[in-house]
Amino acid sequence: MGTFIQQMFNGLTVGGIYALIALGYTMVYGVMRLINFAHGDLCILGAFVGLTFITSFGGGGHLGAAMVIFAFVAAVLVVAAAGVLLELAAYRPLRKADRLAAVVSALGASMLIENGIMLVWSPQVSVFPSGLLPTTTYHIAGASISFVQVMIIAVSFVLMAALYLFVNHTRFGTAIRAAAIDQDAARLMGINVNRVIASVFVIGPALGAVGGLFVGIYYREVYFTMGWTYGLYAFIAAILGGIGNIPGAMIGGILLGLFNAFAAGYLSSSWQDAITFALLIGILLVRPTGILGERVAEKV
Amino acid sequence: MSLLQVTDLRVNYGQIEALKGVSLHVKIGEIVAILGANGAGKTTLMRTLSGLLTPRSGTIMFEGTDITRLGADKIVRHGIAQSPEGRRVFGTLTVMENLRLGAFTRPANEIQESLDFVLDMFPRLRDRRSQLAGTMSGGEQQMLAIGRALMAKPRLLLLDEPSLGLAPIIFQGIFRTLREIADSGVTILIVEQNARSVLKLADRGYVLEVGRFVLEDTAKALLTSPEVQAAYLGGAEKKPH
Repeated sequence: MGTFIQQMFNGLTVGGIYALIALGYTMVYGVMRLINFAHGDLCILGAFVGLTFITSFGGGGHLGAAMVIFAFVAAVLVVAAAGVLLELAAYRPLRKADRLAAVVSALGASMLIENGIMLVWSPQVSVFPSGLLPTTTYHIAGASISFVQVMIIAVSFVLMAALYLFVNHTRFGTAIRAAAIDQDAARLMGINVNRVIASVFVIGPALGAVGGLFVGIYYREVYFTMGWTYGLYAFIAAILGGIGNIPGAMIGGILLGLFNAFAAGYLSSSWQDAITFALLIGILLVRPTGILGERVAEKV
Repeated sequence: MSLLQVTDLRVNYGQIEALKGVSLHVKIGEIVAILGANGAGKTTLMRTLSGLLTPRSGTIMFEGTDITRLGADKIVRHGIAQSPEGRRVFGTLTVMENLRLGAFTRPANEIQESLDFVLDMFPRLRDRRSQLAGTMSGGEQQMLAIGRALMAKPRLLLLDEPSLGLAPIIFQGIFRTLREIADSGVTILIVEQNARSVLKLADRGYVLEVGRFVLEDTAKALLTSPEVQAAYLGGAEKKPH
């Protein structure tokens, strides 16, 4: 019982992070039919921006918690701005070009951001200072759950719920869904599709920045290539849920986190990735379009 | 006074010159039909009027304003809405969400009035309001596409082949509703392959052939014109059922 609860919380923590990052892949794909390969790097950029903010202004101690909140705000703002810039510089000029050109541009942008992080920050592992947040541990039926885990789970679920409400119950959210279905028809409604595209490059990276900074705070270290690792996991989560589908990315992220944790807890931590991916392949064999995915029609 | 005045419009579609200098006008309160075979350029014309395509040359004046190079989202705000070819409803959204999107450019407090108007015109949509648009029949989707365009409260309604793929009994019902819509004060420019039905509805018509207008006349005259008879009405008039 203790192991089960422990792994469930571990899984929800990591799953919440995957889900936050996966949303950026799925929203951009939904509107543009493009995998933004630079998304993972943007998210980890968020972790570095947050870390810089904490180490340059943070005195630790009782100021820690407030500092962490400011670090999140800074990370979100910087990464959202980088997202808009990325769309303008790397994707908009290729809007009417061959799809492959945009993919190559995405890969190039990924390398640019990754190496940019290495140059600006460090080619070594950067460590988050300790004592930023309460170190309280909750004991439930033999499992120990840290304050940081509770925070990550709570914040990621609140953000996901907020996004869900925004997309499904506001005028602009409906416009985003409409543009994802049919851009020309959306234009005929009076929707400015460029603005919709810009908005997904704000929302996706903003959520991703929170996810990236969570990675740093949870593992207490960041490294410039981590964008690729976490980006890949989150991308797989988006595929698992059904790429282009927003609730799908949330479910996919949480499930991937849970698979990972239970595989590590009950089977073998060195085999956790192998077991996770075997399960994923199984699910995709049964549902090739992902859990909530529909047949993705080729755009004409 | 002309509501819409198009002068010498030339539009390329890829490498092909799809419209080779097209001029037309639509007066307030008219129903104007554009006839033409597949590939004549009818849809290119409609897409250009809505701002989805940019013309190479020529002008489009609407209510005295030059809208030739405005984007599609701006043109809706000027008062032109379109029900596009193939309906293009948002299939995974509900009927209600589709209709509300049609009113995207409108202030929130005016939407209910348009909604009542549209649901009175197409009572079928009222019953289906929470259904996903993609699960409805072709006729119902066409009603939705027209209703969605009306939600913008346009002064000019563009209709691109509303009869496409529909059984005669269904589109005859839709054409009767188009008459009511016109009577409510909306000017209509309609592209159709179904020449007989549309000419009975319209006041005037143009015949488009490979990017040029070859005929322009009152709908009554076009119905009896030998060229139109031969090319679009399949010879002698058939008995409607």
